[in-house]
Amino acid sequence: MGKVIVVTSGKGGVGKTTSSAALGAALAQNGEKVVVVDFDVGLRNLDLVMGAERRVVYDLVNVIQGEAKLTQALIRDKRVETLYLLPASQTRDKDNLTSEGVEKVIAALKKAFDWVICDSPAGIERGATLAMRHADVAIVVTNPEVSSVRDSDRIIGLLDSKTLKAENGERMEKHLLLTRYDPTRAERGDMLKVDDVLEILSIPLLGIIPESMDVLRASNLGAPVTLADEGSAPARAYFDAVRRLKGEALPVTVPGEKRGFFGKFFGRKAA
Amino acid sequence: MLTKPRPIRLKGRSFLALSLAPELPFEDWLAGLDDLAARSAGFFLRRPVVLDVDGLDIDKAELRKLVDDLSQRNVRVMGIEGARPSLLGADMPPAMSDGRPASDFEPPTESEADEAQDAPAVETIAAAGPAPAQATASLVVTEPVRSGQSLFFPEGDVTIVGSVASGAEVVAGGSIHVYGTLRGRALAGTTGNGSARIFCRKLEAELIAIDGFYLTAEDMEPDLRGQAVQVWLENHGLKTGILG
Repeated sequence: MGKVIVVTSGKGGVGKTTSSAALGAALAQNGEKVVVVDFDVGLRNLDLVMGAERRVVYDLVNVIQGEAKLTQALIRDKRVETLYLLPASQTRDKDNLTSEGVEKVIAALKKAFDWVICDSPAGIERGATLAMRHADVAIVVTNPEVSSVRDSDRIIGLLDSKTLKAENGERMEKHLLLTRYDPTRAERGDMLKVDDVLEILSIPLLGIIPESMDVLRASNLGAPVTLADEGSAPARAYFDAVRRLKGEALPVTVPGEKRGFFGKFFGRKAA
Repeated sequence: MLTKPRPIRLKGRSFLALSLAPELPFEDWLAGLDDLAARSAGFFLRRPVVLDVDGLDIDKAELRKLVDDLSQRNVRVMGIEGARPSLLGADMPPAMSDGRPASDFEPPTESEADEAQDAPAVETIAAAGPAPAQATASLVVTEPVRSGQSLFFPEGDVTIVGSVASGAEVVAGGSIHVYGTLRGRALAGTTGNGSARIFCRKLEAELIAIDGFYLTAEDMEPDLRGQAVQVWLENHGLKTGILG
């Protein structure tokens, strides 16, 4: 049985889709079977970021409404053969996602894949709540600024109350992925410090992704950054995040700071 | 002419109301009520009465007639519970919901009725008196209160082992203790308890209030920010002090 991960944030534009694609590609490069599911019905982007926009025939809504089989809607990546995409519909709206339909699709994907990554839409409405509903693990994507942190806090509250795991009295495993971290702005004090974000959200840190032109360049190329430029700083941060996701105790380094010295201080997880 | 206006206080208050659940046909039920009232003339006087019509198959005219019939018997209905919105007009008592059961009112007995006739002014409320002294209820929360969550505990004190996030809200009938950072709102003593206090390990609150008196972040003294603070009510104003 595969693991279902929801990538969520509350706020838009923080890097959910970029991170879903990058983490998915990084996991698949290790040979594991991965599917990334776009839940942003009506405003789909994942197909663009993964460079599959010209190959979309059927989508998630078609599968839920019985108009297509799951195997017809899945798109295999041309670069990594264990990476798949289940695109969202651009023409329908989120009301077409039914709870039972999503449950069926996720159950089927879990059987066939090692990892099912659900790319959540922004907001806290139907699309977002359905994306998180069946998850085993949540990755909360946050930028180091107050509005993003507060929205993430709201989402964590929903993860602890509105998911199947929460309703069954279990604890949802949650990880914080701090994205668009800008070392120069952090130095000037224009951004929240990593420690402040961790203190407010109090969930373990999965990784810090530096703000980088490499991410934008990769998106425009239609490739997850972990495929487009494996040696770039953001790609390395995503690869490290994947190792932590799989349970490895790897210290987190804050971009822009010298590893050895600060590793001692930041090489730990939040409570 | 600038006079400092007194801020309007928004307070909750709960009353014990007598709940009447009429049964069909109303003629028979009213006859039973008349019989009860005959034994105690003052039973319904000055007592808030809520009409519980849940599950009754009646229309608007029938409900209005019932309210009129009751008012002829000096039973003033302050609210109606369990009625469909279509049953209630603007000239009817307002809809009430979320009622919680309380101990039963003792109907007047024959002997009391005799006494009542001798001294009709004597109140016959027995069961409605204050409940015997019991330990104050308290709620302990061991998780952070997240943005958008509202913790509502009118029964007593709330203790939070963790932080209260910006955009979260804790409302307590008693005191509020936060063993973490208070970033959201804390409203203590909301049921009229002026001796309630707010304690927190680190104050970053958006709003604090005790018994309806409140301070917003802007009104708080800047040197309190980030400190361990307690808040209490004194002479109709909030006082704050840094905890040693």
